[in-house]
Amino acid sequence: METEILSPIFTSKDLETDQEVRWCPGCGDYAILNSVKKILPDFGLPKHQFVFVSGIGCSSRFPYYMDTYGMHSIHGRATSIATGLKIANPELSVWVITGDGDALSIGGNHFIHTLRRNPNLNILLFNNQIYGLTKGQFSPTSLHGQVTKSSPLGVVDSPFNPLALALGAGSTFVARTLDRDAKHQQEIYKRAYYHPGTSLVEIYQNCNVFNDGAFEVFTDKATKSETTIFVEHGKPLIFDNGNKGILLDGLNAKVVNTEDVPANDLWIHDENDLNKALLLSRFFDDENMPRPFGVIYVDAKKPVFETIFNQQIAERKIEDKETAFAKLLKSNNSWVVG
Amino acid sequence: MLTDKIYKNIVVKFAGDSGDGMQLTGTQFAETNALFGNDIVTFPDFPAEIRAPIGTIPGVSGYQIHFSSEKILTPGDQYDVLVALNAAALKTNIKSLKPHGIIIANKDGFDDRNLRLAGIPENENPLTNHSLDNFTVYEVDVTKQTKLAVAEFGLGNKEAERCKNMFVLGMVYWMFDRNINNTIQYIEQKFKKSDVLVNANVKALKTGYHFSETSELFSNQYRIEPAHAEKGTYRSINGNQAVSLGLIAASIKAKLPLFLGSYPITPASDILHELSKQKGFEVMTFQAEDEIAGICAAIGASYAGKIGITTSSGPGIALKTEAIGLATMLELPLVICNIQRGGPSTGLPTKTEQADLLQALYGRNGECPLVVIAPSSPSDCYEMSFMAVKIALEHTVPVMFLSDGYLANGAQPWLIKNLDELPEIEPQFITENKDNATYLPYLRNDSLARQHAVPGTPGMEHRIGGLEKEDITGNISYDAANHELMVKIREQKVLNVAKDLPLQTFEQGNENSDALIIGWGSTFGSISSSVKELNADGSNIAQVHLKFINPLPKNFAELIKPFKKVFVAELNNGQLIKIIREKYLVDAIGINKIQGQPFQLLEIKETIKQHFN
Repeated sequence: METEILSPIFTSKDLETDQEVRWCPGCGDYAILNSVKKILPDFGLPKHQFVFVSGIGCSSRFPYYMDTYGMHSIHGRATSIATGLKIANPELSVWVITGDGDALSIGGNHFIHTLRRNPNLNILLFNNQIYGLTKGQFSPTSLHGQVTKSSPLGVVDSPFNPLALALGAGSTFVARTLDRDAKHQQEIYKRAYYHPGTSLVEIYQNCNVFNDGAFEVFTDKATKSETTIFVEHGKPLIFDNGNKGILLDGLNAKVVNTEDVPANDLWIHDENDLNKALLLSRFFDDENMPRPFGVIYVDAKKPVFETIFNQQIAERKIEDKETAFAKLLKSNNSWVVG
Repeated sequence: MLTDKIYKNIVVKFAGDSGDGMQLTGTQFAETNALFGNDIVTFPDFPAEIRAPIGTIPGVSGYQIHFSSEKILTPGDQYDVLVALNAAALKTNIKSLKPHGIIIANKDGFDDRNLRLAGIPENENPLTNHSLDNFTVYEVDVTKQTKLAVAEFGLGNKEAERCKNMFVLGMVYWMFDRNINNTIQYIEQKFKKSDVLVNANVKALKTGYHFSETSELFSNQYRIEPAHAEKGTYRSINGNQAVSLGLIAASIKAKLPLFLGSYPITPASDILHELSKQKGFEVMTFQAEDEIAGICAAIGASYAGKIGITTSSGPGIALKTEAIGLATMLELPLVICNIQRGGPSTGLPTKTEQADLLQALYGRNGECPLVVIAPSSPSDCYEMSFMAVKIALEHTVPVMFLSDGYLANGAQPWLIKNLDELPEIEPQFITENKDNATYLPYLRNDSLARQHAVPGTPGMEHRIGGLEKEDITGNISYDAANHELMVKIREQKVLNVAKDLPLQTFEQGNENSDALIIGWGSTFGSISSSVKELNADGSNIAQVHLKFINPLPKNFAELIKPFKKVFVAELNNGQLIKIIREKYLVDAIGINKIQGQPFQLLEIKETIKQHFN
């Protein structure tokens, strides 16, 4: 059911707006825009049911290029606006477009609290490890030691691990994809759409002007087979063109040669296992481990925020509000004069 | 001493430790007097700490009630009766007791320990050192008597002692010949989970009542007859309750659900509490992770076609500033309630002040005009919060509603105003594309309001945002002339609100009076009473009171023109006066108080008199 394709009511072309796309030529954002446009017609919803809410930053211009409803809001607050919107109209398909600075720095508080509450939003986090729109300062995902305009001697901070942060905040859908891999992106966005609850997708997105090649090690043909691992539910963790696998030895993950270990003994990806998801998210900190892409964790059982929120109202909804209000005005202690 | 048996006005102040239940005691006494038919005005005054060190000056909590057989507007400058449960409460409040006024002192609260905690030297116990000789002092061992009264219920020492507020309330009820049944009902409701607590508190109340009667402590009972009020149904209401009801009334009238995005803050939280209880009216209350998320969620709800509301106080409003700018750019309806308190920074959380007026008018980046309105009494919060929603929805603008701690917690009798007595509301949301035409989000009606198509409306997909808009299309525009045009449009749009507002009238006096006094918001009662007394003494002062501050009423310039002498009274260091001086080039004279307390009549009267000598 999750990947069921319903007959489209509109096409990707219908999503084009009359606004000229103003990202730098070669920016990874184009690929993400195209992937989202490609999958949106597949959901069987008319385009007026989609809303894209963004904050501030390069990626946050996204709504202007998508002929659905959209709001380009203020820095870091898209998740909050989207939460209010989703509560107010749960029928809408609400997407949050944000970046590493927008979501993890200025909007960090809203980010974690949104994940904690679990409204049915799809958050696309464009991570380019740099502030692009303000022209090249380090961001909360910039690497330790990275030289940027505001860190000429190297970044002193340590970077956030966005997926571990999300899991720590109680996220119910955590995934990672790459701007260079259209097919993978589309699969992940579809999974995100169908997940009931907040879906967080971290997208490694190249900023070819201020941080070019930040993810080259994951995209370059020469290195990517060894540095990336694409996880799929129920399948063993195998990478490097099938040569290497990952074995779980207690709480430690180890890279092994697949010819030395039977496939059944390898770590089998279970996207519903939070402990394993936490370990996978931690590959980020270990340069000997490949970087996982795909759906890392799903919990479809946690209640959806706006459902419970609106249920409380539906259960108490008064039909004759005028009469009930007249009674409320009087309270328990009214008195009559004359 | 009160020598007569019948009085027109009495002011009672209950004062004790913040753990002594003084707010509850005061509220009960006020409500009972209101039910009896008196006019009442109350002034709760409590510390910011939930439990400051017991017995100390910072821990004193008070509740002042002015009740009368006539129409009254203020809680009274001075009290006739001071109930002091400990030495600190007496020390803090004695300065405002009328000469020869009555003190009911809990003798047990004046032992060595309590004197030390109140910073009173041991040999200067005010109950024995004759410093209170000008007052009538009734010393009662309230703590001891209460414990004796409730001994049969087997409560612990602390729990037993906690009933002493009911004991003194009983005493004061007898003093003013009031019925205790309303409070008994209240106790039964409040402690319904514990029969023991119901029985103990009722016993303490009754014992206090009979103690007054049988101890012959007081020479007689006093009577304050019911006020001759307009016919109708009344209830007691405070400002925050009235705001909550006004917002719901607007929601029913506009046929749109209310969405409150809020973060707890003193003294605004009670609105969140009240509205959270009213889900039956489709009220959505979202307690956000912070002030910013509160307003942003409300903007999200407004965008979806609901009534977005956010409530806060000064520090929280400061955090919401950027989002108010966004709502102004998006031209979406939004109501921002600022229940002002003393500032700056954390300031005086539980004290009242009107010092956020300039913040409301100007506190944003860029040219960002905001509609600003201010209720003039606790009950006026009902109609003014209703008006805030009406203006926001009809003009597609954010509206700042400026109440304050005094209005929020102060209670008064209110002639209930039903829905059919309120005006209609015509929201500007478009929920269906009737003409199937190209939607232009920034196309405007005559008053410059735009018609917002809510997400989910077929055929009207569009994008809006915080970047400058092109006129009519709403597309991003960096065009120089367009920016200036849009700034002027947003300004004019706010000014156009005045077309729907009532003309300003004189509360007292007229254009021929010798001077004009201008006030705004919560100072209405004290200014009105001061002017009334001055005029009764032969002055001829005119009074106008502003409830709509931006835009000002259409006739305001004309109205103040004849006056050579103009006073502006406000609880800040001079804020409205800046507007009056700038707009009308009047050399206005400020009457200001910045003590976290409302005006006393004397303070206003003295300043005015000085300028006539």
